[in-house]
Amino acid sequence: MFQKILIANRGEIAVRVMRACREMGIATVAVYSEVDRASLHVRKADEAYPIGPAPASESYLRVDKILDVAKRSGAQAIHPGYGFLSENARFAQACADAGVKFIGPTPESMEMMGSKTRARQHMEQAGIPFVPGTARGLTSAEEAEKVAAQVGYPVMLKAAAGGGGKGMRLVHTRTELRSALESAQSEAQRSFGDSEVYIEKAIVNPRHIEMQVLADEHGNTVWLGERECSIQRRHQKVLEESPSSIVDPEMRRRMGEVAVRVAKAANYTNAGTVEFLVDQQKNFYFLEMNTRLQVEHPVTELTTGLDLVHLQIRIANGEKLPFSQSEINIRGHAIECRIYAEDPDNNYFPSPGKITLLLAPSGPGIRRDSGMYEGWNVPMDYDPLLAKLISYGTDRQQATMRLERALYEYFVTGIKTNISLFQRIIRDADFQAGKLDTGYLDRLLARKPDSGDGAHAAEPRIAAIAAGMFAVLDPGSAAARDGNACGPAPVTSNWKQKGRQEALR
Amino acid sequence: MVYDVIVGGKTHRLELERTEDGWNCRLDGTQVHVDAVLPRRDVLSLLVDGRAYEVKREQSATDLHLWVGSTRYGVELRDPRSLRSRKGSALDEKGPRKIVAPMPGRVIRLLAAEQAEVEAGQGVLVVEAMKMQNEIKSPKKGIVKKIVTAAGAAVNAGDVLAIVE
Repeated sequence: MFQKILIANRGEIAVRVMRACREMGIATVAVYSEVDRASLHVRKADEAYPIGPAPASESYLRVDKILDVAKRSGAQAIHPGYGFLSENARFAQACADAGVKFIGPTPESMEMMGSKTRARQHMEQAGIPFVPGTARGLTSAEEAEKVAAQVGYPVMLKAAAGGGGKGMRLVHTRTELRSALESAQSEAQRSFGDSEVYIEKAIVNPRHIEMQVLADEHGNTVWLGERECSIQRRHQKVLEESPSSIVDPEMRRRMGEVAVRVAKAANYTNAGTVEFLVDQQKNFYFLEMNTRLQVEHPVTELTTGLDLVHLQIRIANGEKLPFSQSEINIRGHAIECRIYAEDPDNNYFPSPGKITLLLAPSGPGIRRDSGMYEGWNVPMDYDPLLAKLISYGTDRQQATMRLERALYEYFVTGIKTNISLFQRIIRDADFQAGKLDTGYLDRLLARKPDSGDGAHAAEPRIAAIAAGMFAVLDPGSAAARDGNACGPAPVTSNWKQKGRQEALR
Repeated sequence: MVYDVIVGGKTHRLELERTEDGWNCRLDGTQVHVDAVLPRRDVLSLLVDGRAYEVKREQSATDLHLWVGSTRYGVELRDPRSLRSRKGSALDEKGPRKIVAPMPGRVIRLLAAEQAEVEAGQGVLVVEAMKMQNEIKSPKKGIVKKIVTAAGAAVNAGDVLAIVE
């Protein structure tokens, strides 16, 4: 087994991988940029090395610097987490060349799956079901118009190297196509350094359901059940759950078998995820394969009882999968909320800054994978994902109840977070009925939030009393400092304070 | 202690008087008994006639919000004896309006030039933070009088970016 693993990532996922390493008795090496010295992953590591300035392109994306740290620290393997270099085949190759084990698939599998167009060509040969469209990049606007006319509007433009919704555009009519293509190409160039864009028929109100697979280096591949990821915003997942409300055991088995076929066609090893679009008739189409550990992997860990990071490390160490497909049991229900630094009152604009108060939930059925802590200054340079709150219950209803209770306990200020969004989702009738598709969240947000229920009618009065009590008990705090808006001017003298409290002034 | 507390636009008169076992509290003339403990900064444990509440405080440079359970209330606290607090801070809808950065980030590009006419809601510039590009829109119809930033500039929350008149 490896004695030391370098984690080429930051934030909650770096912390999560380090936890697995510590559990397995493996030493951990962190890397960090200039703005991440005080980040949690640096605090939790056994060793940590700076790798450059804040921009990811000068630090977390620098293959040379990361491999240099691996060499200096004597790390035998690198876990890439998700994002950054996790799906970069050149990085995986560079690791192999440097004699460091990359915890993930081979560069060849990544190469095949990394380009959506190339993946499509291979998978069509393997008989995997696809949404109609082109299997290669568009060369001109004329070609785009031709293909769009063939498959019929609406169409979706997608960056071949894409992910996370970058370089994606939904096009309803021919007139929008040209400018959408240009902006998708330029966004793809900016985000991935590759402007290749292809076209697909847009499935109206699809679900986004994905299947977790695990493959060892001895030809054994298993599926671990689906995750329902339809609740998205700007093509970023917000809430994921397993099982999906529409997937029955028979459909799960069929999806799982297709996913295993996809993995085998790519000679895939380690943990991966096969994403499907599911239409209203429950037909599922291969979308892409994510050749890494997913953000939402805890959902599968809770419903299978497996630790995917432990298994990733064991697979990378050359071990065989310790179970067969028939030994995998899926039970209970898990729901994950992605806690983002976003301002719900300002169209979910990112909200970096200092966390001044953090009250974290715990208790039965609650798991929290977090990269934040009170007093930490959330840098503006990276993805706004702060933490994941995952609930588990014997069934969907119990998982939802526990999640609602945990959200009630969860409180973060200093920065804004989207915690209140999940409270809205959980109370929504369509969510409760499992009626979800990728347009669900935009529809929910287009409606006005309901103005609270009768049970809380007395609470403005409680807020009024609390405002007074805060001012009396904590007069020196910032709220009281602004005499204009928030109460008395700064109280500098104890005499004055005492006098005020006793209303003698 | 006497306060005027504005919660969600409604003004309440709050009188607090310390007693041996807590506080006598008159809210709009109604008397309740309150026991209050500050277990830590920004967290208040309130017992109001036996009912328990945990109230959390969220403050920024300009606003104060209190959370009772998972409901958030915008709150303003005024000392009625203070002259300063009686001065209204009425917002002028006419005249020049500032466009401020909603949070720290980097100006990626300008969408309107100085002296350009803009509609309410039209994008004036694009700010990037945490990998997201966001159009900052004009709060009113008018003319971009001044742009006080440039593409590539780093900005802090609350920084003035442009003025529309």
